[in-house]
Amino acid sequence: MSRRNLTETLTGYLFIAPILLGLTVLTLVPILVSFFFSLTDWSLVQGFKGIHVTGFKNFSLLFRDHVFLKSMANNFIFILVVPATMAVSIVLAVIINKHVYFKSLFKVVYFMPYISSIVAVAIVCQVLFHPEYGPVNETLHALGVANPPKWLADQNYALLTVMMISVWAGLGYNLIIYMAGLQNIPRDLYEAAEIDGASPMKQFFRITLPLLSPTSFFLTVTGVIGSFKVFDIIVVLTGGGPSFSTSVMVYYLYDQAFVNLKTGYASSVSVVLLFCVLAITLAQFYGQKKWVNY
Amino acid sequence: MSIGLRKTAFTAVMLTAGFFFLFPFFWMISASLKTETEVFDFPIRWIPEHWNAVKNYSAVWIGSPFGLYYWNSIKVAVCTMAMSVAFSSMAAYGFTKVRFKGRDAIFLLLLGMYMIPQQAILVPQFILYRWIGLYDTHIGLILLNCFSVLGTFLLRQFFLSVNDEFIESARMDGAGHVRIFLSIMLPLVKPALATYAILRFIWTWNDYQNPLIFLSNDKLFTLQLGIQSFGNENGQYYSLMMAAAVSAIVPLFIVFIAGQKQVIEGISAGGVKG
Repeated sequence: MSRRNLTETLTGYLFIAPILLGLTVLTLVPILVSFFFSLTDWSLVQGFKGIHVTGFKNFSLLFRDHVFLKSMANNFIFILVVPATMAVSIVLAVIINKHVYFKSLFKVVYFMPYISSIVAVAIVCQVLFHPEYGPVNETLHALGVANPPKWLADQNYALLTVMMISVWAGLGYNLIIYMAGLQNIPRDLYEAAEIDGASPMKQFFRITLPLLSPTSFFLTVTGVIGSFKVFDIIVVLTGGGPSFSTSVMVYYLYDQAFVNLKTGYASSVSVVLLFCVLAITLAQFYGQKKWVNY
Repeated sequence: MSIGLRKTAFTAVMLTAGFFFLFPFFWMISASLKTETEVFDFPIRWIPEHWNAVKNYSAVWIGSPFGLYYWNSIKVAVCTMAMSVAFSSMAAYGFTKVRFKGRDAIFLLLLGMYMIPQQAILVPQFILYRWIGLYDTHIGLILLNCFSVLGTFLLRQFFLSVNDEFIESARMDGAGHVRIFLSIMLPLVKPALATYAILRFIWTWNDYQNPLIFLSNDKLFTLQLGIQSFGNENGQYYSLMMAAAVSAIVPLFIVFIAGQKQVIEGISAGGVKG
């Protein structure tokens, strides 16, 4: 390597050194440590000497653990938040983009949940969805619904409620991304369709939707990864209850690691979580040929 | 129907939808001004019958350590923001304007790390923190959030759009990378830095998970943990929690309105998610 190239390389590494060092210590090494812990029955209160390697025992226990299986199933149900949010925001994006006055006002309105803390939102929702005194049920009562669902207090509705709140919180972000995508669709396509007599509906399904597919792909991939990270709202809103109906893998992991102090067992949950995220993301990249137009 | 009329109709419908969309926020503000007993009144009394605003807000701000939590949040969010912008912009420069061996491989590795949910590494992070003494410190909390793959990725997108010729001609004139980075690159990408700074500030301000796990001393608590402290064994004081929540959201709202263009552009360009 010439002297010039050597200094260039050294300079390059100097520039990325802080981020590389930070991520190595705080992300890369912990991942490897997680893999190791998942093979032990360690609890962090035992001190480093108490580590026993037990092989894959944690995993065989995990797949017989009802609460874990329930949490994992909930994660897969939770993925539905992603297409639901995308569907609503694509419609909103088209309307706001073309058919309303005060475009930027609407962008701000729908973006509000993104900038507000999930803790504040969760507390408000606790009240709004309160089974007896909450405005939602009071309204339903007033409309003549005799037995409205108990929402967060009802194990059949709790997950659905959390999912609805998540759709609400995610709309603004999806909307902004879709609006950016809409700017890239050439106008003359619509003009040509207009001349050919295509209805607005047809234009939406034949032009807008296919040409937004790279944006949709991006939102699906990041959205699904994000849906596995949902934590704050569950801790504050339901604590995984009632009877584990809103528990998800990250919540179960937190509960095992920091409440029950089962470090090894919790680490095996991390490994499964990581595997799920990787597998689904890879599957999506593999499947994109079928529906994404570039 | 004329186009103008149709547009007006759509706008009216969307404004109604927008009201329902913002309903939780209106409710939050309204509840923070009421007495606790009035919070659950139905039909919702948007304008309180008994104004209790002064009492609620002073109970939050004077009668509790809320001011301290606020200060802690400001400290953590500002430091995280400054450090993260510095580290990510350095890395973004390295990944775009310096040609070195292994650059693309390392960048791919970084992108791979984006897929890792932080919760999957919480346990080792927690043990590491206890071991090296960063547990229950603000420094520890700041370090957790300031090495950002997302920030690097976002800034890289913007740095890519800066013409290489600028850099090349400065190199010809004998300027080193450090000087080019500081006196040519950074001024050119100021809007991008502002975008990322605002986003990082918002994310850190709203972070609940890391303070929950990595702090135990309540003198170090940040706002998000503080809001919840108004619920106790005797029940929850919703009017106080709402006054705290409104106080916590106001600065973000101001930051967002002031930097609206930057935030929305940044999100559209990089597609960043918190």
